[in-house]
Amino acid sequence: MPRRNGAPEVNAGSMADIAFLLLIFFLVTTTIETDAGLDRMLPPIEPPETDVIIRQKNIFTVNINKNGQLLVEDNLMDIKNLRETAIAFLENNADGSCSFCKGTKDPSSSDNPTKAIISLKNDRETKYSTYITVQNELVGAYNDLRNREAQRLFGRDFTDMEAEYLNPETPSSVRDDLKDKVKRIQDMFPQKLSEAETTTN
Amino acid sequence: MAKFTKKKDGELPAVSTASLPDIVFMLLFFFMTVTTMKDSSLMVANTLPNASEIKKLEKKDRVIYIYVGTPTREYQKVFGTEPKIQLNDKFANVDEVGSFILAERAKKPQELQNVLTTALKVDKDANMGLITDIKRQLREVNALKVNYTTYEGDAFNNLQ
Repeated sequence: MPRRNGAPEVNAGSMADIAFLLLIFFLVTTTIETDAGLDRMLPPIEPPETDVIIRQKNIFTVNINKNGQLLVEDNLMDIKNLRETAIAFLENNADGSCSFCKGTKDPSSSDNPTKAIISLKNDRETKYSTYITVQNELVGAYNDLRNREAQRLFGRDFTDMEAEYLNPETPSSVRDDLKDKVKRIQDMFPQKLSEAETTTN
Repeated sequence: MAKFTKKKDGELPAVSTASLPDIVFMLLFFFMTVTTMKDSSLMVANTLPNASEIKKLEKKDRVIYIYVGTPTREYQKVFGTEPKIQLNDKFANVDEVGSFILAERAKKPQELQNVLTTALKVDKDANMGLITDIKRQLREVNALKVNYTTYEGDAFNNLQ
């Protein structure tokens, strides 16, 4: 029998559903990479013009050997205690010039946070993961102290303020306001983390 | 009788175009999702370590990536199993890092050239010797801002 009505119209009602299904599939399977990590500044290669004399007590030495063991201020230390020890060193406040520090004022440890330097050395055979853990703990020590002061002064965490300040989507009016606050906290505990040349032995 | 009116020859019913927007959207989303900003495929194993005190790397156009790790299985015959550096799409020696950074820096717009960050994506099993050499190269070309790219997590998981 010949067809009388021509081709029947295809029901397109479910097309939208199919499109959404595909859309959701791609949304779920694609991961938008946002990289994150530890920001560090390397020291410039040319030596500073004036030789700065740093007293030994203001330097907190951390050595990592090839087995991943830590030698902190000439004592073997478990990596889990590194953060506390670094905090204690940073805010030791031996000369009493730091009004907000809660340190023990031990005369054999650092004078004040602006003078305190952490020196990190590693062996060539140190595993990268160990190195990152140590870096993380040292940066964490600074962040803990900065967070504490930021909470006291501004009622919010420093890391939180810094993240908002660095976020390009933050409106510039907010950012200007944050800039001063972030700067102030950074000046209270300047991050002086030196990475000396690696030892080969 | 109307029922038997013959259709004109060759006349087909109009194809419904109601779904056309959906198809267009579908294609649009498809291309949106498959287009990644990644410009090189990984030739090295790249399991990053964990860290908790991390900062996000904003603005991808200001980042230069350096990958370090053991070559993946298909490259192991040629390049061995020692950790190697991957720059863009090829393996490189340590002394090529400096010129690579300079070349990449020259490609960026003038106003960004001073604010570039070098993201070091290093496999957690690599040794620090190689990293130290890379850091030395970076210092020589004055690319001092580095980011040790990590996953977010407890840093003590690295030690296991």
